[in-house]
Amino acid sequence: MSVLTFTDRGIYCPAGDFYVDPWRPVPRALITHGHSDHARNGMGHYLSTDLAAPVMRHRLGDIDLEVVAYAETRQIGGARVSFHPAGHVPGSAQIRIEVGGEVWVVSGDYKVVDDGLSTPWEPVRCHAFISECTFGLPVFRWTPQDELREQINSWWAGNAADGRFSLLGAYSLGKAQRVMHLLDPATGPILTHGAAEAVTQVLRDQGLPLPPTIRVTPDLDLKAHAGAMVVATPSALHSTWARKFGPASTAVASGWMALRGIRRRRGTDRGFVMSDHADWPGLNQAIRETGAQRIFVTHGYTAAFRRWLEEQGYDAGIVSTDYAGEEVFSQDEAPKDIIDEDALDEAGE
Amino acid sequence: MRDFAALYARLDQTTRTNAKVAALADYFRTAPDADKLWTVALFSGRRPRRTITATALRDWAAEKAGLPLWLFEESHGIVGDLSETISLILPPPTQDSDQPLSHWIARLRELSAMPEPERKAGILEAWDSLPGPERFLFTKLLTGSFRVGVSQTLMTKALAQATEQPEAEVAHRLMGNWTPETTTWEGLLHSGEARDDTARPYPFYLAYQLEDPADLGDAKDWFAERKWDGIRGQLILREGKHHLWSRGEDLITDRFPELARAIDWLPFGTVLDGEILAWDGERPMTFNALQPRIGRKTVPKSLLATAPVVLMAYDILEQDGHDIRLAPFAERRRRLEALLTDLPVEAPLRLSPPVRFDTVDDLRDERLRAREEGAEGLMLKRLASPYGNGRKKGDWWKWKVDPLIIDAVMIYAQSGSGRRANLFTDFTFAVKNGNELVPFTKAYSGLTDAEFRQITAWVNKHTVQKFGPVRQVEPAQVFEIGFEGIQASPRHKSGVALRFPRMLRWRKDKPVNEINTLDDLKELLAAHG
Repeated sequence: MSVLTFTDRGIYCPAGDFYVDPWRPVPRALITHGHSDHARNGMGHYLSTDLAAPVMRHRLGDIDLEVVAYAETRQIGGARVSFHPAGHVPGSAQIRIEVGGEVWVVSGDYKVVDDGLSTPWEPVRCHAFISECTFGLPVFRWTPQDELREQINSWWAGNAADGRFSLLGAYSLGKAQRVMHLLDPATGPILTHGAAEAVTQVLRDQGLPLPPTIRVTPDLDLKAHAGAMVVATPSALHSTWARKFGPASTAVASGWMALRGIRRRRGTDRGFVMSDHADWPGLNQAIRETGAQRIFVTHGYTAAFRRWLEEQGYDAGIVSTDYAGEEVFSQDEAPKDIIDEDALDEAGE
Repeated sequence: MRDFAALYARLDQTTRTNAKVAALADYFRTAPDADKLWTVALFSGRRPRRTITATALRDWAAEKAGLPLWLFEESHGIVGDLSETISLILPPPTQDSDQPLSHWIARLRELSAMPEPERKAGILEAWDSLPGPERFLFTKLLTGSFRVGVSQTLMTKALAQATEQPEAEVAHRLMGNWTPETTTWEGLLHSGEARDDTARPYPFYLAYQLEDPADLGDAKDWFAERKWDGIRGQLILREGKHHLWSRGEDLITDRFPELARAIDWLPFGTVLDGEILAWDGERPMTFNALQPRIGRKTVPKSLLATAPVVLMAYDILEQDGHDIRLAPFAERRRRLEALLTDLPVEAPLRLSPPVRFDTVDDLRDERLRAREEGAEGLMLKRLASPYGNGRKKGDWWKWKVDPLIIDAVMIYAQSGSGRRANLFTDFTFAVKNGNELVPFTKAYSGLTDAEFRQITAWVNKHTVQKFGPVRQVEPAQVFEIGFEGIQASPRHKSGVALRFPRMLRWRKDKPVNEINTLDDLKELLAAHG
């Protein structure tokens, strides 16, 4: 029997009778990370890393959640299970599952570069690797972190010199904090949209090195904060909420900003090429370093990436899942049927 | 190249006109002359010729990146732009270069003249010396498809600021057939009189579409004539020669040899603005008759016989060698009439006849008669107005007839390119013929980006079959298709060809069985063809 099978509820392990990141209610779920397309409501029992737990509790409320540290092993029925850093967001994991000596790894979402906040990705040797491929085409190659720091800070400094706010759209779990961590606090204060602030507070309480932020409330004196950085969800950038900042400069941080057409369609002044998913070199490096011969690819450019892997000598297949990848458009501006209807506010990191 | 890439990034990052003008003006104040000249040339459509095929560039880039061609093509499909795809898939550069734009253009021409192996090596070397944005622009120059969201008006404004000259003066200087090889920055923008090149045309004055006739105010202030459906042209007679310019600033003198005879009746030192029309001796032929003459540099005798042209003149910009654009329209019209009234029929010149009216309501009626007159609407010109520069609101209006309309169902969809890559934007539409659907036109424009996103999602879910990039979809979405004219066409299955088809509205309310029929199309053909 296969270590994992693919069902309409999610990725299933028959030997341990559990699911990984299921999208329908199941008795027992192992969760790679807290984004809403991976950690959903309604599971009987949850297992995640200790680092991912606070955000999951914050988002899913009072759930039956058991935690493990990275690399700690658990025996669940006939399966030996452990969680390993995926580098996607703080607390995110790849899940290693071993049954009768055969090892499979579910990548969840991952990136191989160190973002300064998430525990950096580590390769896990395995026989079969289930990999996301949101950006599985060779046109995706991320801007190095140092260059991103320079680009974002000089954009901010320029706006601040003109007395304009800098509105930066970044998903509230992971990207928002990664951006904050890169900001030069000497330029000015950092304001936050409510959705970003809530998650930031959870992560800050957990001990992550995040700069002080000020939540934008109706009674905040904006004039006193002219030139500030405002970290918001991408969907908030074009909302009435954003208008209170006057003629601000806007930007989005996303892997999709690598493509000029999408950047222009997104309609912000700037687009920073920053993703918490692996780029093309990253995907290829990760797959190589697992040593796996069998690769299953999920969400993203699956057909092209699978064919590429086949030509590189891998035994590759496609698994269709309900994970969202990284959305080009945030929910409120996307036509309803483009997006997964179950996905909540943060779907798509 | 760094300055130029920085300029491009500033222009690309904003949709605000003032920010674009400021970026251009800054550049025109600081960049080296040779670069500035090339920038003006590129932004006004004077691109270097393409000398390397897209296929070769694709092959070299894929080979250098170590990728199979199918994966390159897959990526190209997603990105939508060849140069961008190439610049993205190549590995990061290993060399550093700080050469200016003019250097790379000169290099490009050197390479064009070399045999293939050297040429390829040179291109690969250039790619390896330029970081992402510069590599993208260099490749854009190679493919000859350099376009940027900068209008001539905008660039004129920036140049006027940077060189401290009036905009009209700059606009006039930029006209004509100069290239960076035939002039210098000094020569183009600073030397002597703008008109020292005898072939140089004046900037065309353009009209806005009239939405509300109430904007006209008092009918007595206006002159009306037909809006002719041909090619806008400026005929220049100076110093023993004649020159004909199209509105796209192409010199088209040789394509319309009939107009050479204008010098038999008009004095040198005359410049006329008018419409080139195929003429049957009495009235204009359809635009379709003119079509075969547009693309040809030399005209066969047979075509001269079947589609002879005239210039339907409607304005005079220069008389006796004097620029009279600032004289009121009424005065220019008087001079034009005096010049053209008693010409014999063999002269290739006609005076655009006035449309008589007393009230705005008379104009409404005249507008509805446009199609029977072989025109596409009315032109309204304020009697007191000078001949302006570019498009300005208030003095000249075009008032086109409403388009012809057919409700049709979408049957094929294809994705767009550039800004619209990843979206389905090119559709084929069909009408009913009994139980059969007959395709009759394609259309690309008329929907908002939000609607294109919505239809894209729908196409993804309702594809019946794929033929390469083309999706056959369930015939379910009904659109109102508007067009300006209809012609019999044996090449099309439907038997008709449309002029300027576009989507006017997405009729989500309309079921497919209520779309128009092939008979409805044939009726329109009988009435307007």
